[in-house]
Amino acid sequence: MTTFRVNGQDHDLDIDPDTPLLWVLRDELRLTGTKFGCGIAQCGACTVMMNGMPRRACVTPISMVEGSEITTIEGMDGPEISAVQAAWEAIDVPQCGWCQSGQVMSATALLQQIPNPTDEEINHAMAGNVCRCATYVRIRQAIHDAAATLEG
Amino acid sequence: MMARAWLAGALLLWAAPIHAQEGLSGPDAFSDIADEQTRSAALFEEMGKVLTHPRCLNCHPVTGGPTQGDDMQPHSPPVFRGEADFGAVGMNCSTCHSAENVEFVTEAGSIPGHEIWMLAPVSMGWQGLSLGEICAQIKDPARNGGKTLEEIHEHHAEDGLVGWGWHPGEGREPAPGSQEMFGQLTRAWIDTGAACPG
Repeated sequence: MTTFRVNGQDHDLDIDPDTPLLWVLRDELRLTGTKFGCGIAQCGACTVMMNGMPRRACVTPISMVEGSEITTIEGMDGPEISAVQAAWEAIDVPQCGWCQSGQVMSATALLQQIPNPTDEEINHAMAGNVCRCATYVRIRQAIHDAAATLEG
Repeated sequence: MMARAWLAGALLLWAAPIHAQEGLSGPDAFSDIADEQTRSAALFEEMGKVLTHPRCLNCHPVTGGPTQGDDMQPHSPPVFRGEADFGAVGMNCSTCHSAENVEFVTEAGSIPGHEIWMLAPVSMGWQGLSLGEICAQIKDPARNGGKTLEEIHEHHAEDGLVGWGWHPGEGREPAPGSQEMFGQLTRAWIDTGAACPG
């Protein structure tokens, strides 16, 4: 039995301890906002927050989640995620959209720690989030725009 | 007659000290070197088989981020050292790595992990250095994290992250020998004066 909290709700699940958290989120809890991209921590599409820090759910066995607080894109709340979502919509960042949940999670985590990041800080923090439509220029611009919104 | 010879050979093997273990020789293999300083340097050269193995070197870069794999390719995805040797803000090592190796579910291989997974500090960068330069760095408290030689021995013989090198998970070659033998070599190197190869 694994006990953990997802988006503020407690769960006790009797599940193979090697099952990736991503499988549990999507197949058991039906939280499909978090995407499968590569399964080997190369693309960032499955990024969630684990105890407040970004974490790739595809390489996180459910046994490792015991006692943890998980937040998915569906459960994100606060000024940073609101600013990021508004900025994303304002300049139409997504193209196919598959990676965007992970991009938004990583961008939000960055802004929570660095309110006004430089291009280099954005590039470093977002280097693990791949976009097959190559929307990187808009992603970076939207993060700057969100930072400007947060600064008021 | 053949059976007796086989038995004698087996007994000889059983009684002999372990001189080598999967690519690494133990301290006994150097006991016939009479000059102590020469023996000490030879012991460090043997330790160098571990120190310069990809399992160790990959996370001892001199500049930039880590390398990965047995062929020491640049880390993928690209990662950056960060101020705490723990990755960039927003993308720490712990974004992907955890306290243990995790096998991939969808293909062969694994992502390495150990508590705590992080880069060696810049002062302990070894990639591209000669064995003599690595030896001088290891002995220098100003660059080795303020460690005495005894603490270096403890680090080599008992540290869990060092020990990960012999248990690297599917898809990675372990460091030669064992951590126990690496610790024995380090002990013998220190006891013979901790000389560095020229």
